[in-house]
Amino acid sequence: MRDDPPSSPSRREFLQTTAGTAAAAAIAGSVGGPVVATAGAGVTTADGPRIEGAVPITLRINGKDRKLRVDPRTTLLDCIRETVDLTGTKKGCDHGQCGACTVHVNGRRVNSCLSFAVMHEGEEITTIEGIGGPDSLHPMQAAFVACDGYQCGYCTSGQIMSAVALLKEPCGADDAAVKELMSGNICRCGAYLNIVSAIQQVRRKA
Amino acid sequence: MHTFEFGRPADAAAAIATAARAKTAQQGADVRFVAGGTTLVDLMKLNVETPGRLIDINRLPLDKIEATADGGLKIGATVRNSDLANNAVVQRDYSVLSQAILAGASAQLRNMATTAGNLLQRTRCMYFRDTAMACNKREPGSGCPAITGANRMLAVLGTSEQCIATNPSDMCVAMAALEATIHVQGAKGSRAIAFGEFHLLPGSTPERETVLEPGDLITHVTLPAPLAGSKQVYLKLRDRASYEFALASAAVVLTMKGETVTGARVALGGVGTKPWRSHEAETALVGQAADAATFRKAAEAALRDAKPQSENGFKIELAKRCLAYALKTAATA
Ligand SMILES: Cc1cc2nc3c(=O)[nH]c(=O)nc-3n(C[C@H](O)[C@H](O)[C@H](O)COP(=O)(O)OP(=O)(O)OC[C@H]3O[C@@H](n4cnc5c(N)ncnc54)[C@H](O)[C@@H]3O)c2cc1C
Ligand code: SF4
Ligand code: FES
Ligand code: FES
Repeated sequence: MRDDPPSSPSRREFLQTTAGTAAAAAIAGSVGGPVVATAGAGVTTADGPRIEGAVPITLRINGKDRKLRVDPRTTLLDCIRETVDLTGTKKGCDHGQCGACTVHVNGRRVNSCLSFAVMHEGEEITTIEGIGGPDSLHPMQAAFVACDGYQCGYCTSGQIMSAVALLKEPCGADDAAVKELMSGNICRCGAYLNIVSAIQQVRRKA
Repeated sequence: MHTFEFGRPADAAAAIATAARAKTAQQGADVRFVAGGTTLVDLMKLNVETPGRLIDINRLPLDKIEATADGGLKIGATVRNSDLANNAVVQRDYSVLSQAILAGASAQLRNMATTAGNLLQRTRCMYFRDTAMACNKREPGSGCPAITGANRMLAVLGTSEQCIATNPSDMCVAMAALEATIHVQGAKGSRAIAFGEFHLLPGSTPERETVLEPGDLITHVTLPAPLAGSKQVYLKLRDRASYEFALASAAVVLTMKGETVTGARVALGGVGTKPWRSHEAETALVGQAADAATFRKAAEAALRDAKPQSENGFKIELAKRCLAYALKTAATA
């Protein structure tokens, strides 16, 4: 079902869990008791919706091969979120203008909203779930927490994916260089100063 | 988004054969190559591009940067903008190209965007991007609402009664100044196109933006041997410090002897309907003292034929100052 061990229920899990509850309640004829969301209870399976013209592809996401069927029009972003159900990657503008959808393809950061999933057969895709989880934070995730590099958190996974990729890119030592290379990630809450602090903290330790 | 068939050809010949069946390689093409996707996928989501077939060229062997026999550089069609900008030879010998690319888009987009895709990126004119509006470029004959509407970002050079859309590319401005050549393989064989002849002025056919025909695959771009001792600067002026298209930009390649300009190649961005090489500015520079008066004269010459629209008249003075400042920066570098 999911790859990432959730620390607190996400909105989607909440909806899935609610669906599971309704089913369990209907069967048992009772309410209350522990709720276990099981596969099939309103859960998106790896097989996308049965759309005419869907094509089979295998994507390697976070080190795991996923055999999928997708409409060729499915963007890499929608495939990751809707077909594979990894919802850490966010959709902001859907037009390459905000960076919320940033993932790594073969180790390089890209906007997953401007690419079709079918173009990535056999490539190594890494999402926020693949770089670290609640029990094993990537140093960049830990630095964002330590430096308060967010407010609402919507842009955060994209910011962190960009920041992790930046560590391997040619980038000057000063804050201005970091700001320039992070300009493709918009933060509506304006957490920029703390985002730069987090990135610089990781770079100084590296 | 309209449905399409997706294919990944085994080689360039197969890609060309499939694409050659298209009715046009210009606006409204029913077959499209897809490289980085950052222009095409964007416009397909808006239904401005509606190809029925997509040919993925990302795995064709067109991704190398190599030295040419005559001391120049060969840049493959699918070389990513970030790899081109960070290439050591480009940074040393063609630094204006590196500067221009790094001034454009974002780090993510540059990782996706390719050489050929960038040559063919489309205007950001908001009417072109909105199918609810008329637009001569998208629907020939429907009219140009930009001329009486929002034209602050649009062109002042090379415009026509039918279209005033800006070519938004930064990379192309540097390539124009570097006298690049575009190499195309098509249904009828290969040909080389001088940079200045690749993009077309809108005239009465704004839907035609380049000389490309159905089946034409850009395979690579070549740059001539670098001018020994040349000083190169790309200056981009925009509404915010990063991740924004140019209001005006200038690419300059200068050679000097003492305080005299011996050679100059100048191109402007953000102000023209195509990447704007200015031979007028170059003529005003060569043989003259490299001082403020000369630079201002060159800038006046470059913008002499500029035509302001209702909202973008400021671009004329902005472009002049941009060019003069870029020249000064290069001369004193
Ligand atoms: C938010 C945003 C901001 C941007 N900011 C800037 C900026 O500041 N400056 C700037 O210069 N650019 C900017 N860009 C544009 C970006 O540089 C272009 O989208 C990119 O260069 C296009 O390259 P691509 O490989 O992604 O093209 P694609 O989208 O893959 O292709 C574009 C076109 O080229 C055709 N094509 C591709 N390869 C070939 C080939 N080999 N032969 C023939 N035809 C081919 C395709 O069929 C398509 O019609 C921005 C884009 C976005 C989305
Ligand atoms: S300027 Fe060109 S692209 Fe813009 S609305 Fe007019 S015709 Fe269309
Ligand atoms: S959702 Fe992809 S850049 Fe905004
Ligand atoms: S934290 Fe809210 S958009 Fe960045």
